[in-house]
Amino acid sequence: MSSADIYRELILDYYRSPRNYGKLEKFDIDARDTNPLCGDEIGMQIRVGDGQKIEEIRFSGKGCAISQASASMLTELAKGKPLDWVKQVSKEDVFKMLGNPDLGPSRVKCALLGMKVLKTGVYGYLGAHYDDGDSSDALP
Amino acid sequence: MGRSSSKLLKTEAIDVERLRADFPILKRKVHGKRLVYLDNAATTQKPKVVIDALVDYYSRYNSNVHRSVHTLGEEATAAYEASREKAAKFVGGRAKELVFVRGTTEATNLVRFAWGEKYVKKGDLLVATLMEHHSNIVPWQLLAKSKGATLKFVGLNKDGTLDMGQFEALLKESPKLVAATHCSNVLGTINDVGAICAKARASGATTVVDGAQSVPHMPVNIKDIGCDFYAFSGHKMLGPTGIGALVGREELLQEMDPFHGGGEMIREVFTDHATWNDVPYKFEAGTVNIADAIGLGAAVDYLTTIGMEKVREHEVRLLQYASESLSKVKGFQQYGSPDTAKRGGVVSFNLGDVHPHDLATILDEEGIAIRSGHHCAQLLMRWLDVAATSRASFHVYNSYDDIDALKAGLEKAGSIFRL
Repeated sequence: MSSADIYRELILDYYRSPRNYGKLEKFDIDARDTNPLCGDEIGMQIRVGDGQKIEEIRFSGKGCAISQASASMLTELAKGKPLDWVKQVSKEDVFKMLGNPDLGPSRVKCALLGMKVLKTGVYGYLGAHYDDGDSSDALP
Repeated sequence: MGRSSSKLLKTEAIDVERLRADFPILKRKVHGKRLVYLDNAATTQKPKVVIDALVDYYSRYNSNVHRSVHTLGEEATAAYEASREKAAKFVGGRAKELVFVRGTTEATNLVRFAWGEKYVKKGDLLVATLMEHHSNIVPWQLLAKSKGATLKFVGLNKDGTLDMGQFEALLKESPKLVAATHCSNVLGTINDVGAICAKARASGATTVVDGAQSVPHMPVNIKDIGCDFYAFSGHKMLGPTGIGALVGREELLQEMDPFHGGGEMIREVFTDHATWNDVPYKFEAGTVNIADAIGLGAAVDYLTTIGMEKVREHEVRLLQYASESLSKVKGFQQYGSPDTAKRGGVVSFNLGDVHPHDLATILDEEGIAIRSGHHCAQLLMRWLDVAATSRASFHVYNSYDDIDALKAGLEKAGSIFRL
């Protein structure tokens, strides 16, 4: 793992100037999660528009550069997309979005927290339950 | 070892270079770099004598203790009880008053159940401090909830010391329990637990002191402190994981109910009741952690040979060197008291807007292990008004070289983050 590779300009830029940061006055989806290991925290709010589209999306929270940049970039990607798109988003999409940095196992969770919150919120809105299938959540 | 280690040899209380050879793990490389282990407040590395003690027990005299009449059983019992003597003496206590537990967390939970269930009543007040580790907060929260008692916290002064005025005001409400740490795992603040316990006892409170960060790093005498219960963990003092101790006043241990029920802790069992074994065995139900207790005894011997005054002096010097050296790094902000005489070998800090987890990742690449996060002290994080900090913490095998490496690592992180 090379830290110069992880913390490239793109991630630092989104960390220091996060896009879509804040809260919505009116929203249909409100989800939040934390990474208990390191305290990273992400909340997401979505206003659903015509055709079940993500009309507006904001994220809030605090944490490391990877978690915050990843969440911010994900909101940009999600805006305007149909809710069903969220179901298709994969871990690989998130890694690609971040520029495929070589993250160690302990930092992968930071990168994926935003996606987990987005999916949890959207699945809940659609009346489904999102299970990220990651049993290591329960491990210390 | 470089130039600065020879400087270290001349000035330090401890011959670090010679002593480092006792720790097999320090020979390994991490990402091709020399391991710089600065996460000692989380857990310490083990000298070969401790590892050997475990191997020796399992290879030569593995057996259950106390009830086996055969030779192996007698040898295992003798070694286990010798470790109890050593661990008790190490903190100025008596073997009869030392209960082996898994660690500090189990010790506080033992007090919560075996003492708390019997003595705490509805409406009682329990007092802890804002600088406690979660292991000295959550058991009291659970106790307060189950009994309908109230838990209140002593706040801190700006320099990270306890607000003794507020503490004394709380004592006027006659608390049943006062729980305080001897040394903060985040700020390093060394509390005057002797004064705290004297005042608490004068107001009728039972006292619990968390010694997880003090026993490994400085001379401790629980009789001088005058506490009712004192808890510590073996793995933070060069010993194995899974073993620690609760030292309690004998009268209290006698009066308390058992913690776990089962084998070993009974005297006689009938269909409708049972009677209890003597203290401390009353609190050691089931087959105990024989190997790790013996390993802890070896760690105590090792530390005793070095001398705890020297360990403390060594860490104070490292702390002074680190404070001076690291404060020159751009963006470096340290938490806690600048007075090293009142501080354990812990440096909690932040570097500009670099999140501690990002910093830990960058340092790991340089072979440097530090801790990042809330350090199981979320109340303290909120008081500091930070989400997390980075923490470098020392033990006997750390040198000025390690701090120089940390400084270089921080400079690299600052450069990557363009601070």
